[in-house]
Order: sequence, then structure tokens, then C-alpha cells
Amino acid sequence: MSDNSTFEIEINGVTLEAHPDEMVIQVADRNGINIPRFCYHEKLSIAANCRMCLVEVEKAPKPLPACATPVMEGMKVYTDSPLARGAQKGTMEFLLINHPLDCPICDQGGECELQDVAMGYGGDVSSYTEGKRVVMDKNLGPLIATEMTRCIHCTRCVRFGQEIAGLREMGAVGRGEHTLIGTYIEQAISSEMSGNIIDVCPVGALTAKPSRYSARAWELNQSNSVAAHDCVGSNINIHTFRDQVNRVVPLDNEHINECWLSDRDRFSYEGLMHQDRLGEPAVLDHGEWTRQDWQIALARTAEILQTAVAEHGEDQVGILVSPNATLEEMYLLFRIADHLGISNIDHRLRQTDFSDQDNAPVSPSLGVAIAELDEQNAVLMIGSNICKEQPIIAHRLRKASLNGASIMSLNMRDYDTHFEQDEKLLGCPSGVINHLAAVTRAVLELNNQQAPSDLSDILAHNEPGDEHKRIATKLMDAEQGSVILGVQAISHPHYSVLEVLATQLAETAGVTLGYLTDGANTAGACQAGILPHRKTAGEDRADPGMDAGQMLSGTLKAYVLFNLEPEYDCWNAEQTIKVLTAAEHVVCLTPYVTDTMRGYADVLLPVTPYTETSGTFVNIEGNWQSFQGAVSAHAESRPGWKVLRVLGNLLDLSACDYMSSEQVREELASHVIDVAAGKPPVDRVPVKLFDQPDAGLQRLTGISIYGVDNITRRADSLQKTPVAQDQMIRINSKLAGKMQLRDMDRVFVKQANNRIRMELVIDDGVPDQCVWIPGGTEHTAQLGDLFGDIELEAD
Amino acid sequence: MSGLTHFIKSMTLWELLKGMRLTGRYLFVRKITIQYPEEKTPISNRFRGLHALRRYQNGEERCIACKLCEAVCPALAITIDSEEREDGTRRTTRYDIDLFKCIFCGFCEEACPVDSIVETQIYEYHFENRGEQIMTKEKLLAIGDKYEEQIAAARTADARYR
Repeated sequence: MSDNSTFEIEINGVTLEAHPDEMVIQVADRNGINIPRFCYHEKLSIAANCRMCLVEVEKAPKPLPACATPVMEGMKVYTDSPLARGAQKGTMEFLLINHPLDCPICDQGGECELQDVAMGYGGDVSSYTEGKRVVMDKNLGPLIATEMTRCIHCTRCVRFGQEIAGLREMGAVGRGEHTLIGTYIEQAISSEMSGNIIDVCPVGALTAKPSRYSARAWELNQSNSVAAHDCVGSNINIHTFRDQVNRVVPLDNEHINECWLSDRDRFSYEGLMHQDRLGEPAVLDHGEWTRQDWQIALARTAEILQTAVAEHGEDQVGILVSPNATLEEMYLLFRIADHLGISNIDHRLRQTDFSDQDNAPVSPSLGVAIAELDEQNAVLMIGSNICKEQPIIAHRLRKASLNGASIMSLNMRDYDTHFEQDEKLLGCPSGVINHLAAVTRAVLELNNQQAPSDLSDILAHNEPGDEHKRIATKLMDAEQGSVILGVQAISHPHYSVLEVLATQLAETAGVTLGYLTDGANTAGACQAGILPHRKTAGEDRADPGMDAGQMLSGTLKAYVLFNLEPEYDCWNAEQTIKVLTAAEHVVCLTPYVTDTMRGYADVLLPVTPYTETSGTFVNIEGNWQSFQGAVSAHAESRPGWKVLRVLGNLLDLSACDYMSSEQVREELASHVIDVAAGKPPVDRVPVKLFDQPDAGLQRLTGISIYGVDNITRRADSLQKTPVAQDQMIRINSKLAGKMQLRDMDRVFVKQANNRIRMELVIDDGVPDQCVWIPGGTEHTAQLGDLFGDIELEAD
Repeated sequence: MSGLTHFIKSMTLWELLKGMRLTGRYLFVRKITIQYPEEKTPISNRFRGLHALRRYQNGEERCIACKLCEAVCPALAITIDSEEREDGTRRTTRYDIDLFKCIFCGFCEEACPVDSIVETQIYEYHFENRGEQIMTKEKLLAIGDKYEEQIAAARTADARYR
């Protein structure tokens, strides 16, 4: 609302305040006056094609659609006068001409807008006796089921595609009764937010395929929760049926996800009850796995930890924690580690360069509120496949872009985005650093500032080109600007250099520096003290322990793994498995068990995923969002915080008799008072020059959108989507020409001692001499480092 | 005066004679006692006895797993699980009625949009083992198959009042 002035209008004889550019329906909605509607949706543009919201306006000859009638001063509107009622009833009868009366078999039945409005505004009988229209169903992929005969052509899904998802995948063909909604060519919807068209559809034309026909709306119990697959912390509503998660829908939160939800958050629940779920604690006894009571398994765990510490010293025990664990679990793990004197504890599993860790913020943050991203004028994303990694943030950036912001990117692959990017810089791992150095130098030059002495070499080496200068100018000119380090920047082999340069760039340009991290609770992990160099709330450890990279490069005597699958979640899968197998003892606290895990573990303790425990996730804004368990724990598994509490007791940890997860959270909260205040800067790491092009081929990795964590990897329907099925490596045409390879050729990918066969796609969005490989998938889990030297061999 | 009337009535055992008159009248009316189980009373078309699940004539089960009967059941006697059958139709995988909970109100029959769950005219049944009171989908369909003729006839006869 650009104009803040208000005037009065009258609806049903009640005087109400209205803003000049509002529609009648908005004023009515704000004041709780119900006007029936189908096509109007507050987040979408106005179409006014369903005619259900017809209301009587004084001095207008005919009823007018409330959604498309702007308010005028002194206007008098009647929503339930005989004229308005008659018009609504007539519209309803027309809508029901072709709508099948198959509510009993329709998944929308019981939560259907058409059903509700027909009850409230429709007639008792139809005067229509002719045959009804029948429309063939469309195949929209594994996530969305269609029943197009039920469609009433409100075009909400079409407008969602155009306006929110940014992909014109659906459209209306034909006119009048012959209108058909569908994808023009038969194809699965590719948007990573496609599930939202299920929510916007007012009838049962578009419904969720994974939960199709499994429960009726009135049978479901609802629990509010927080999505656990990215750092956004989307609010969700988990619908459960007989103590099983039946579906997940978004919970409105204007500050985070509005009313949208990414497909990953929506459909990942399918993985919860996968056959890999671990039901009972198990202990390896003389080479045989035996099911054990919790008491015995926990006593064995305590024994392993105590003997390892006593016999080999504290530095021979490593604790690796998934960034998807809850804050409470992390804090208890920290306390146990601290109690035993263990400082080898880390959650940064897909990172390899930790040299600048002392300069890292106490808690990684986006720098601005998520909602404020809409108002940014310039954003530079570094190493981020934003649409796949944080779809909700991508939606915010799209809004910013539509508001006129310049969105720029510096990536190792030209990723598709559903918004326009003003500038795209592309480079191999060292190229990215040089590009960033050039942009930093351009900003310094625009500011007439000298390069800081430690950066003078690298800045002198990188002469800014026109594109760097343009980016610099845009960042400098931006009233609100951001530089964002994405997931792939953080797992960059020289992340410290990127971070130093990005910090310098943001500081000089006067924009905020933000992080978009891996996992749902990275910020929480940093605050809870799951770091080798810091304790809770960023307090420095006197004697820093080993980071994740060091812990997994040489074998320690004992490891504790919390909620992770090292073969997919770590920097070097192959090395990790080797190290774990060689370790004397490995304790896995995990919801899922695999054969690989049985191979190296000694104790398996079943902990629950986020739907079965209460807990807290800290999102990238720094919001502590707590949730309760939606369903009870599967079989013998127990919430992680309870398991750790008992383990703490067995290890004689003092004051470890928490009655609830809230108590754990409160205790942590009393330590973490102001993480935003940050820490005094320490000397930056020396920045070396990247003047030599990499000798051989370089591996680039993007974690597959549906391979990010153990739950998502087990969600069947998500795994069937085209984007998850795309398991091909990508090289550019130059490299392909040199190696005489063609599209879809099979090649051998060799890294260290591993060799796997993969299909290849030629994609000129990959830099020269680089091979882009999807990560977090079963196939590529056999390879080594996420980045680094790699070889290709024609099949 | 009323005292006198009361005295005469008491002395002549008037109330007793009044009673005997009623008894005497019934001595001569037509007898309604039947010799069950050899004899049985006629049953209404709307009789609500044992449940059954019906099929269409082509053998396809009628039930579409809409769960309206489950929702309407005041005794929470019905439990249904549903899924998408291979041919894409909505079907039950489980349809249980607990006859110990059922109060035979007939709401399930009323709620059913496809006349699938019905209450038949069967009222003679018993259970010998624990758990037998749970009428499963198979049992209900078997009853429906066996008594389809009777069920259909009762419904046809009652159709014009519905």
C-alpha cells in the first residue's frame, strides 16, 4: 500500500476503513466479512474469472466482483442482499454444471472450498439435466495427482506458476466450456515449489499423490512444526492419521515462508517410516549384532566412551553431529563432550577448509530478516544453487528481483534460476576466488580505498573487468544490499579465502554479509557449541580440538555419530568409511540403519527424526523455533535428547536430570544471550595467490536437492521426480570436444582409487576443465572429495 | 359420599373384577405368541440386523472408501483403511465393524452414498471365540454375496419411502 491515507466505506451497513488501492474483498477479509470466492488468492494476481464473489454495490446496475472492484470513498456494498445472494447462487449453479458430484471419492472432500461454498451459497437442486463434461487427467509427475474433470478453471495454479514459481508450466487452452488446464506438453512439473498448487487448488483437481486416498481431512490431527531440510525453518503443519504422518502442509508465517512450502519440506515425510528405520538398540557382540535393551546399549556406549578417553586420551574420541539435529540434542552432546574433556566435535561435515574458523561469526546468519530480502536492491550470491538449496529464499529473491533488484551470482556452474540474474560470473574453484577478488578490488577502487596489506597480492593480481565493475557499482549503489555465501561456497576447497574476500567486499561496499548454510540447524549447532574451537555461545576453547576434516583424515579410536550417514553427508565418503571401519569403536545414534553402518558401528541407538521429538531449530535469521513431536516414537526408538540425558547420567554428568526438552532449551538460552554481538576480529588467514590454472580436471559438486539428508534420501516420491533422477555428470562442450564425447555418452569417473560409470550431459554452464557431479546420491557416494582432482575416461 | 362408594367397592372386590375382566377378554383374542425358533415373526424391510457389504452386478465391490460411515458412526464401531488400488480407484484395504460396539442405529447405511454398507434382516448369529465380533471386509462381503437377493428386495420395497 503506497498510500497510507484511508477513507470509509460501508459493507452490509457497517462502516469500515479502507485504503485507496484496495479491492472490496480485501477490506471484507480484514474485517471478517465472508465473501465466497474461488479464483481470488491473496498472494496471486486478480483474475476475476470465477464470478463467485459477486456483491451488490449501491448505484451499480449489476452485481460486481468484490475481488476486482476497487474501493471508493463512501461506497456502499451489500454482500448478502437478495441481488448478491441471487448472483452467487446462480454462479454456483453454473460451476456445478460440469463439476462431478464425486465428493465421496475425492481427496479434497471435507476440506473443499467448492463443497463449503456450495453448502453455504448453492441451491438444493440443479436445473441442469444434460451430460457433464469429462476431461482427461494430466500426468504432472510423482507428486501431484490430477482429476481434471473437477477443475473449475479458477486458474490459481496457472497464476501460481507464472507469478510465484516463475515457470510457465501450466496454462489454460481453449475457451468457455472447452477450456482445459494443463501442461501444454505432457511433462512432470519441475518447480521445486510445485506442491503449492495442491494447496491453492480450491477443488480436488490437484491433490497430493503420495497421500492419495489414504485418509480423509476430518480424520487428521494437526501439529505445528518446523521443516527440517534447509536453513530457512519454514513453518509446517504436520497432519497425522492414527499416529502416522500422513502429509505436511505449510503453516502461514509471513516472516518466513508466507503460505508456501518447498516440495522437499512437503513430501520428505515419506522417508520417515522407511524400512531402514532402526527399531531397537543393537550392540555388536563378538561380531554378531544383537538386539539389546536401552539400558545395556547405553551402558555399553558409556563404557566405550569412558575407556576410550581413559586409555587413549580425550583427543582420540571424535563426535560428528548432523546439522539437522535439534538444538537440545546438540547442547546435550556438547555437555557430554565437555564433561569427558572431548573437544573433537563438529557439525561442518561437508566443509574442508577450516583455516578461517576463528573469524567465523558466532552464529551464521543471513544478515537480514528473510522477509527483508524482498526489499534488497542488490544481492550477490556466491556459490549457491539457490532454487534447489533454499527454495523459499529463492522465492524471496525472485520477489526482490521483480521489485527491481539486481540479483547477481558468482558460481561454479550456471544454475537455472526462476528470476532474472543481472550478472553471472562463472569459474572453476580458483576462478571463483579470482572473480571475487576482482569484484572486491573494483569496490575498493570505487571507494578510493587502499587494498588491505594481506589482500594486496591477490587483489593486484586480479584486474577487474567490466562485469566485475558492474557488480561493484550495483552493490555500492544499493540502499540495501547483500553478499550471500551459499552452501557451495562453504564447501569450496578454499572457503577461507572466499570468506575473507566476501567479508572485505561487504564491508567496503556497505552491504550485509549473509550465509546460507547446509542443514536445518547449523546456526543452532554453532550456538550450542558443536564446534572444535568454540564452546556454547561462541566462547573460545582454550585448546581447540580437531575439526570434521581432521577427525576423518586419520583414524581416531572412537567415534560418536549423531543422526548422520557419513557416506552421503561427509566431505569424502570413501575416506570416511575407511576411517570409521578402522576405528576401534563407533557409536551411531541414528534413526536409520544401513548395511554400511552395520559394517563399522559397534552400538546402534535408535533416535527419532524431527517429527517424533520435541525440539528447536535455529534458522538462518537466528530465530529459535521450537516444536513438539507430532507422532509417538517408532518402536523402541526414543527422542535424541532423552537418550543423551540418560547417557549423561550414566557418565556422571552433573545437573543432567532434565524433565523436558524445554528445560534443556532454557538452560542453553541462558548462556546464549547475544550472539549477534559477535566476537572481536582475529587476524585473518593469509591469502595465497591463485595464479596458476588447475592442472587437471576439477570435480565440482552440487548436493542433489533430494539428497541432502537421511530423511529426504528415503522419500520415494521425491526420488522419482525428474530432478532427483538426473544423476548425470556435466561437462562443457569444449571439454567434450577435446575428449570426443557426446551427450548421453557413458564415461568412467575416476577419483583417487575409485572408478564409477556415469552418464554425461554437455552443459555449457560448467566452467572449462571442470566436471560437475551431483552429490548426496547413492551412486556418487563411492567417490572421494566433493571438490578436487578427477579424471574422465571414455567408456 | 365418596367414602361410602369406596367402602362398597372394597367389599365387592370391584378392582379385582375389573382386572379379571381384562384377563377374561384376552382369554378369547387371537394369540400372538410364536414358537421361536420353529416360528418367526415377519420382519420390516427396514430391519437393522447384521451388516453386509454389497457388490455391483458385475462383481465389483461397491465400497469406495469414502469413510462417511466411519465418520457418522456414533459408537465408533467402524474402522477403515484405504488406498489407491492398482487400477487407480479408491478402495478399502480394511473395513472392520466391531459388533460389540455397534448399536445398530443404521446411520452407516444412511450415510453410504453407494448403498454399499447395509444392515440385513439377519438377527441370528453368535460368537464363540474372542475377536469373532470383528466383522472384517471379507466376512461382510460374504454376507452381502449370500443375501444379495434379500437385501436388494428389501431396498426395492422400501425405495419409494426413501
